[in-house]
Amino acid sequence: MGGRDATMVLLDENGIRCDGRKVDEPRKIMIKAGGLKNADGSAYIEFGDNKILVGVFGPRDVHPKHMSNTDTGILRVRYHMEPFSVGERKRPAPSRREIEISKVIKEALEPAVLLKRFPRTAVDVFIEVLQADGGTRCAALAAASVALADAGIPMRDMVAACAAGKVADTIILDVNNEEDQAGQADMPIGYMPGLEKITLLQLDGVLTPEEYKKCVRVGIEGCKIVYELQKKALAEKYFGGSS
Amino acid sequence: MTVRTVIDDLKRAQILELLEQGKRVDGRTPEEARKVSIEPNAIPKANGSARVRIGDTEVICGVKIQPDRPFPDMGDKGMFMCTAELLPLSHPTVETGPPGPPVIELARVVDRGIRESHMLDLSEMVIEKNKSVVGIFADNVVVDNDGNLFDACSYAATAALLTAKVPKWNWVEEAPVLTEDALANMPVLTIPVSVTMGRIGSHIIVDPDGDEWDILDARITITTDSDGNICALQKGGSDGFTLEEIDRCGELSVKVGAKVREMLKALQAGP
Repeated sequence: MGGRDATMVLLDENGIRCDGRKVDEPRKIMIKAGGLKNADGSAYIEFGDNKILVGVFGPRDVHPKHMSNTDTGILRVRYHMEPFSVGERKRPAPSRREIEISKVIKEALEPAVLLKRFPRTAVDVFIEVLQADGGTRCAALAAASVALADAGIPMRDMVAACAAGKVADTIILDVNNEEDQAGQADMPIGYMPGLEKITLLQLDGVLTPEEYKKCVRVGIEGCKIVYELQKKALAEKYFGGSS
Repeated sequence: MTVRTVIDDLKRAQILELLEQGKRVDGRTPEEARKVSIEPNAIPKANGSARVRIGDTEVICGVKIQPDRPFPDMGDKGMFMCTAELLPLSHPTVETGPPGPPVIELARVVDRGIRESHMLDLSEMVIEKNKSVVGIFADNVVVDNDGNLFDACSYAATAALLTAKVPKWNWVEEAPVLTEDALANMPVLTIPVSVTMGRIGSHIIVDPDGDEWDILDARITITTDSDGNICALQKGGSDGFTLEEIDRCGELSVKVGAKVREMLKALQAGP
């Protein structure tokens, strides 16, 4: 059910993947903090061929008012893909997939943000996927964390994110679009390295209990790589490159 | 305006206090699920159906099977879709109208568990390649919500699919034509079972009931297949898990799921 037959070579005899990477090698990642004038905080990430822009507003008044909470601030996340971001045009209205991803990203960020300090307010995170190539939710989550930090919102830690998965019976780091379509499993992970806490975890695909444990660990190592790049992006904006 | 009541805080305090002693409000141990009951063929007009109760949570799933046009790149496979709906009579807080994010997540997690386990052999569900395939729709309705709708919907859909009878269509003059009285069993390859666990403080509990569900720090739903492999997973809730907790939840999902799988297996029609 689902998935297509693997016609391409996902992993060759030398352990090299379809895009030339090694099994434990992430794609090329570029993160930039700031960039938008009107948003309170923003970030741009290129994660392989993914291109994602994130803008953060708040803490600010909540509209509609009935959504506000007297005990705590609330976090609202909208993950949205542009119609031109994928092969075939995507209808601009939010799909069920986008609504679910918005929810899991929100719940991945909530443990990091000190929302209790801002009762009756909202922090809005707008994620715009300009180009998608597999693993957008992880790239989006990583960029959203940087944008929240850029907005000066107090946080316990930044949430780093990276997927692990399985192709050709091998556990790999950072699943790209082809590997997601033709591979055996995809496990996106969101992780706060400072607090050692997993805040986003999903899986589709079949793993043995041993592979499951290995997959989580490989993904966490990927998150640690992304975490360094997130810190570097903020350091570049605020301290001119020296981290 | 959302207001947290004193009662909510008291409930949490009580649940947490009992968990410190390894107990739960309804007398279960932390790793014990509620009693599951599965009533197959609850809706005889559907091609397959089941009513599932987990404690006081109740879900009905009906499976409808009908010819459908395939997706452009999936002309050699049948179609499968699973939905979930919260009926307004299931809880005082449910409002009518389009589904919100929690209900969309519920439907997608249940769908994913069945899909990713490769439960159904969809390659057998083709009437005419690239033109007409068999569509299998498993629609869940929540009748009473006392927590853990993920597992209730998942068991109901799986039970309804296991007991469903598949009609046969032939391709005649560019259209599917139903063959009377030709019913086959569903081509089933494996039985997926989801197990939902919650974390309250440092405690992991299996199958949270309604009161526990409301105060969970975080939850995780893990689906396993008949071989004991893990085939789908979803973390939810406004907090996270440590690596050790994730490992433990994986082990629990295999252990707890095996018992439910025996119940489901007993429903399966012989060859």
